Amino acid sequence: MREIGSKTSIMTGNEAVAEGVRLSKVGFISAYPITPQTTIVEKLAEMVANREISARYVEVESEHSAMAAVFASEIAGVRSYTATSSQGLLYMHEMLHWVAGQRLPIVMSVVNRAIGPPWNIWSDQSDSMNQKDTGWIQVYSESNQEAMDTLIMGYRIAEDSGVMLPFMSMEDAFILSHTSEQVAIPDQELVDEFLPEFRLGFKVDSDRPMGYGSYSTPDGPFMELKKDMMESMWKSANVIKKVTREFSEILGRDYGGLIEEYMTEGAEYILIASGTVASTAKYVAGKLRADGRKVGIIRIRYFRPFPAEDIVRATKDAAHIGVIDRSVSFGSGGTVFNEIRAALYGRSDIPVTGFVAGIGGRDVREEDIEEMINLMAAGKEGTVFINTRGDQ
Amino acid sequence: MLVPLAETSSRANHTGLWRTLKPVIDYSSCIRCEICWKFCPDNAINLEDGRTTPAPNQKVTAFSIPVIDYDYCKGCGICANECPEKCIEMKFEEE
Repeated sequence: MREIGSKTSIMTGNEAVAEGVRLSKVGFISAYPITPQTTIVEKLAEMVANREISARYVEVESEHSAMAAVFASEIAGVRSYTATSSQGLLYMHEMLHWVAGQRLPIVMSVVNRAIGPPWNIWSDQSDSMNQKDTGWIQVYSESNQEAMDTLIMGYRIAEDSGVMLPFMSMEDAFILSHTSEQVAIPDQELVDEFLPEFRLGFKVDSDRPMGYGSYSTPDGPFMELKKDMMESMWKSANVIKKVTREFSEILGRDYGGLIEEYMTEGAEYILIASGTVASTAKYVAGKLRADGRKVGIIRIRYFRPFPAEDIVRATKDAAHIGVIDRSVSFGSGGTVFNEIRAALYGRSDIPVTGFVAGIGGRDVREEDIEEMINLMAAGKEGTVFINTRGDQ
Repeated sequence: MLVPLAETSSRANHTGLWRTLKPVIDYSSCIRCEICWKFCPDNAINLEDGRTTPAPNQKVTAFSIPVIDYDYCKGCGICANECPEKCIEMKFEEE
């Protein structure tokens, strides 16, 4: 890894994200605290109080209001940020649609946490998977460094004139958010070179008053606005690839594109995962490869836009595909599993198995990954829950 | 890229057409307290010079009168409900 113009520090995922917000020169922050997001906004409040960041920080009474506050600041042309988790993200749901529909390139961190009942503060992806249809770009990181870098890239991607959609950046609760790792903090000058100042073409202007999101009849532009969001989301895939490449040129770390492929070449069994579970899967794949078993891993970074083309291409020579989901749609199956099957429909006859694992922070262990590979080798199909207790 | 922006002012949208009940102020009882003006959720009540308007007493003629802008009043009745003198009557449009 080429480290240019940076200093190395030991920091938690949440500290790294706060550092990314500072480096992105965000001008407005509004948030409501919720475990495990809290330490991000605590750190940012401290930065604002110490004048390490030139931003306005507004405390609000709820997550719905936090998203409403950043909607207002962003439409006034100020680069804005918020963060949340779990129940807080669900409470924001209505405003997520308003922000995306108004084409505001807000960046938000979501620290993935389970949804009750019963109360559970540990990691799974039910919260963000429930927001997949809101028009936000969605990305999952697997390290603290990636969480910081993705946040900086997020503003570049969201603010691109061909995209103009909000950006949701995920990190796993505790596994990243509260665990310290080595992180390279780039120099401000390098980030400034990568991320230009924010200019909003349609910002609120008292000299030219307009109605924002006011009203549309069925014959009005409503349907065209939604179609345009769909087209911009598809176009964002190329912008993501371009921005990721430019990030590697200026800041020296290359995250590839929408997916990361690990040992997929010549792989018979390909397991698809996202977030930190993918790290465990990669480790197990390395071990199984040493034993002569042809296992490869695909890590989904971007879930929106969905990397259908990349997945079809990367799996075309596999004998069996497995998908690990840390969320489940009751009465249907794993969320990612269903999207992968839809992407492969009519283009591939490869069997796909869905593994629901790590719900409510349940450990996804090496032996669980091995069990998934063994089930794939045995030709198991459908949806399987992994590492559940037989007596309950 | 398409953004939901309306270049025409919302003044072009005459929401008064939605009304079924019409508030009518009886100025001979109106004490010009401005409570209806404060409560109107659509800013459809304006304050205007009322020196020559009939009034319950001479003293109140120094204050402005509330005038309802029927182009935008949706007839919600909040003004009539809040009026301390009960001098705003909600009348059916066809009357």
